[in-house]
Amino acid sequence: LSHGAGGRAMARLIGDIFVAAFDNEMLRAGNDQSAFDVAGGRMVMTTDAYVVSPLFFPGGDIGLLAVNGTINDIAMAGATPLYMSASFVIEEGFPLADLQRIAQSMGAASRAAGVPIVTGDTKVVERGKADGVFISTACVGSAPAGVELSGDKARPGDAILLSGSIGDHGVAVMSRRQDLEFGTDVLSDTAALHGLVATMMTAGGASIRAMRDPTRGGLAATLNEIAHQSGVGARIDEAALPIKPQVAAACELLGLDPLNVANEGKLIAIVESGAAETILAAMRAHPLGAEAALIGKIVADDGRFVQMNTVFGGARIVDWLSGEQLPRIC
Amino acid sequence: MRVRGCVQGVGFRPNTWRLARECGLVGEVRNDSQGVLILAGGQPRDLKKFLARLERDQPPLSRIDRIDCRAFDGDLPEEFRISESVASEADTQVAPDAALCAACAAEIADPAARRFRYPFTNCTNCGPRLSIVRGVPYDRARTTMSTFGMCEECGQEYRDPADRRFHAQPIACPACGPQLALERLGVAAAAPVQANALDVVCDLLNEGAILAIKGLGGYQLACDARNGGAVESLRRHKHRDAKPFALMARDLAVVHDYCHISDAEAALLSGACAPIVLLRAKNPKRLPESVAPGLNRLGFMLPTTPLHRLLLQGAGGPLVMTSGNLSDEPQIIDDQTARERLSGVAAYALTHNREIANRVDDSVVRMMSGAPRILRRARGFAPAPIALPPEFSKAPPLLAFGGHLKATFCLLKRGEAILSQHQGDLEDALTFEDYRKNLALYAALFDHAPQALVADLHPDYLSSRLARSRSSAALPLIEVQHHHAHIAACLAENLYSLRGAPVLGLVLDGLGWGADGAIWGGELMLADYRNYVRLGALKPTPMPGGTAAIREPWRNLYAHLVAAFGRASLASKLHALELDDFLRTKPCAMLEAMLARGVNAPLASSCGRLFDAFAALLGLCRDRQVYEGQAGAYLEAAAEEASPSDAECGYPFTLGAPLSDDVPAFIDSAPMWAAALEDLRGETPRAIMAARFHKGLAEALVALTQRLARSGAADRRFDTVALSGGCLQNSILLEELTRRLEGCGFVVLTHRQVPANDGGLALGQAAVGAARLLES
Ligand SMILES: [Fe+3]
Ligand SMILES: [Mg+2]
Ligand SMILES: [Zn+2]
Ligand SMILES: [Zn+2]
Repeated sequence: LSHGAGGRAMARLIGDIFVAAFDNEMLRAGNDQSAFDVAGGRMVMTTDAYVVSPLFFPGGDIGLLAVNGTINDIAMAGATPLYMSASFVIEEGFPLADLQRIAQSMGAASRAAGVPIVTGDTKVVERGKADGVFISTACVGSAPAGVELSGDKARPGDAILLSGSIGDHGVAVMSRRQDLEFGTDVLSDTAALHGLVATMMTAGGASIRAMRDPTRGGLAATLNEIAHQSGVGARIDEAALPIKPQVAAACELLGLDPLNVANEGKLIAIVESGAAETILAAMRAHPLGAEAALIGKIVADDGRFVQMNTVFGGARIVDWLSGEQLPRIC
Repeated sequence: MRVRGCVQGVGFRPNTWRLARECGLVGEVRNDSQGVLILAGGQPRDLKKFLARLERDQPPLSRIDRIDCRAFDGDLPEEFRISESVASEADTQVAPDAALCAACAAEIADPAARRFRYPFTNCTNCGPRLSIVRGVPYDRARTTMSTFGMCEECGQEYRDPADRRFHAQPIACPACGPQLALERLGVAAAAPVQANALDVVCDLLNEGAILAIKGLGGYQLACDARNGGAVESLRRHKHRDAKPFALMARDLAVVHDYCHISDAEAALLSGACAPIVLLRAKNPKRLPESVAPGLNRLGFMLPTTPLHRLLLQGAGGPLVMTSGNLSDEPQIIDDQTARERLSGVAAYALTHNREIANRVDDSVVRMMSGAPRILRRARGFAPAPIALPPEFSKAPPLLAFGGHLKATFCLLKRGEAILSQHQGDLEDALTFEDYRKNLALYAALFDHAPQALVADLHPDYLSSRLARSRSSAALPLIEVQHHHAHIAACLAENLYSLRGAPVLGLVLDGLGWGADGAIWGGELMLADYRNYVRLGALKPTPMPGGTAAIREPWRNLYAHLVAAFGRASLASKLHALELDDFLRTKPCAMLEAMLARGVNAPLASSCGRLFDAFAALLGLCRDRQVYEGQAGAYLEAAAEEASPSDAECGYPFTLGAPLSDDVPAFIDSAPMWAAALEDLRGETPRAIMAARFHKGLAEALVALTQRLARSGAADRRFDTVALSGGCLQNSILLEELTRRLEGCGFVVLTHRQVPANDGGLALGQAAVGAARLLES
């Protein structure tokens, strides 16, 4: 608790763990804020809170998610992420070694992404008032004038592109959280997507209507969100969906639909159909889009339903579930 | 005289006209928005005679629910006449499709008749209705007959009130009506065979070919049912694993070669509704096992249209007559889709140039516990109105959205319920599209503008989601608990009074969303139309994998065994049993972890899942269940092989004591599992084990019902029990429960007109919605 009291212990915690891990000039200045110049165009801002159990999972940890997820929220606007903040709510007694590991993971990720963590905050709460550590991050970025991607811009005929395999993150987290052994380890796909987005914007930015990362609720929720915002329907092809065999097998075993399972390093893009091939080629040339696929198209439907052509030649409604996957069969 | 019921589009007016003239009356008859209105004048004696004959000599397809008479002192025409409907009071009924009538059957068999061998012959007493209608009012211009101009002779028949084709909208003859064609499938631009198509088709069938046939409410796939190779090929190409095929036979004599038929069953087969009737197969089976794998019943129907009649006359024996689709998709209704989708299954399509406007499946009926029970309500039954208890006549118009699987919806209007035809699994995109289309169609056909919407509590039923999205401050949504709706459906079809005392609803079901956020499905609820209290239930057991546990019955078995014995002692209980070997091939450790940590293992008090688990114990349908209710059907079939003396003692269940309002009394199946494992170890025949299971469960349910009836406070007493839920399509359970409960002095209400499963849910929702609105 003394680490949160504002005294010397807290200063040491911040200095030893966070400043060391995030190390950059603006943070080193030691102020309660950071100042920077901005170019013209549009500023983009986002904030996210991370509550993950377990904190460490195959392929990542909560810190990595916090950095990548916030960067991705900026990137989905077609913008370039610039600077970010990080706040920590730490439970009394949380091992310093774990905190250090998380901080270093965040520092490495932000350096790799070129998005420095320039300000932050720390609070310590009594035992039982938090689950290890909660992290809140915010990020600012900028987009050139005229770039206004938005979920309400999908139009019938537009193509739906997906950057890679689905379900990896959710299955990875679940396997560790519940000690479920699937035989093979599935790694989280957590990744910062702004590099991939930059490539796509260069290849066909004017033709991209909307982008979104299908995190919680999976691809199904994201497509339904866009359908609702735009007042359209969507039709995807099951056969075109990239999914790793071990993820499919784990979902089969658990009785989960991979379409509802979370991703942390994938994006979908709604693009004008004429530009789809060009943008898809650009995605495939980027390491994070090597398995990118055209998975379907936007259709007119005043009921705003998402449908999937199944591998058996039929079609089913891909629903937006209210919460957990609950059996609907009577 | 105001006549209500199924009285429009069924020849009611010309029949009334004939009767009035015969009784020497003057006046008029006309359709209006409430049914039929008759103004009649004459001697009191003649009027009385007329009224009696009106009820007695009804046209075959009509059904009078009520006649209200009152004095009228206006002017009447000199002669009795049929008046055109007044425009503002448009006809608001569409009758169900009806099977070929005797008169038309005789006509197509008569070489001298104009319609000799004409496959589209119909009259006011038979023929297509719902399947061809596109809008209101129901007349030819708004059906798929609109493209066929009536010839002179048909026109005369149509206009003559004395003719049985007076105002028969689909009237047709070889000169002016639809024409048959035989198309080669999968071959581009092959010219259709027009002449003698029927003869060619019969030859092909007799040679073992599979044929696509454009039937009444959808395409069908047919082959010679006696030809095992053809039946198996049909299964393979249609991607349909084990679900039984429906059969069609030329006449009762042919059905009799394969099945036992009671008089009641014969009447069902031969009636105007002409459903598929589930019949006990003769032993040994005389048709290939692949027709209905694992079952001791066959679903037979008689020819429903002139086309089918001509076809069956040419075919040598009974035909498999299954829906024209692949796998579990909805039946195909348009020609182009049939060409694309069915070319891999059938070599030829017997088709014609009248479009099918609405998909209408074959209905399924079974005699159980002494009465015909509709298991699937579609062709022949929908959309005929279902009468409700009289107190409902004051309810505002309502629309109830039904369930998720076996979806139907229900319009409530002027004290009648109009339940849509069975539509199927809403998650299927085409079915859902149909459902949405039919909502609009029915609203137009029945001139229905609801003042409230009603839907299931389940947050993720597509029907509920649609209802939510259509509701507003002006159009409120009433949410109804799944099993409460089941009970209300049973009450409503039994005309149980809205003011009647609460009954005990014994709902044995698959799964439904419970008010506590858990899954329910084996419930004893004290209920009236408005409300319910959950007094008892099967003890909730986790379903590891959720929906996957339904597909794979062994998962439920494992969960039940772990719940009964605990992980530690399970091994010794299973030791050296064949079941143990089976479970070793399954990822039980993973299931164990899911159960222990509650990963996608929702608790369910479901009776259907208990049946699945027990079927899996016996090795029936253990690995995978490919159609709904498969495990339960196998278990029932197995139990039917046992003689009554074999299963004198049912398996024991533990009855929990009735507790508080919040915690119902649970029926625990642990002792049943212990006894069954003993039997398994003693190599007791499966039939006996299956029979003991049914019997024990019925005993436990009745014992708990009695206990609840006795122990409850004064306001918790009941003397009537309503049986509902999908498991009550199990004949043994229905009979055992009915017999035992009646033996204890209870009045027992059961389903007949609407399915006990979710096919009847919308009716119950509408009744609950209406009751709540009437109360407020
Ligand atoms: Fe149900
Ligand atoms: Mg955010
Ligand atoms: Zn007829
Ligand atoms: Zn004609």
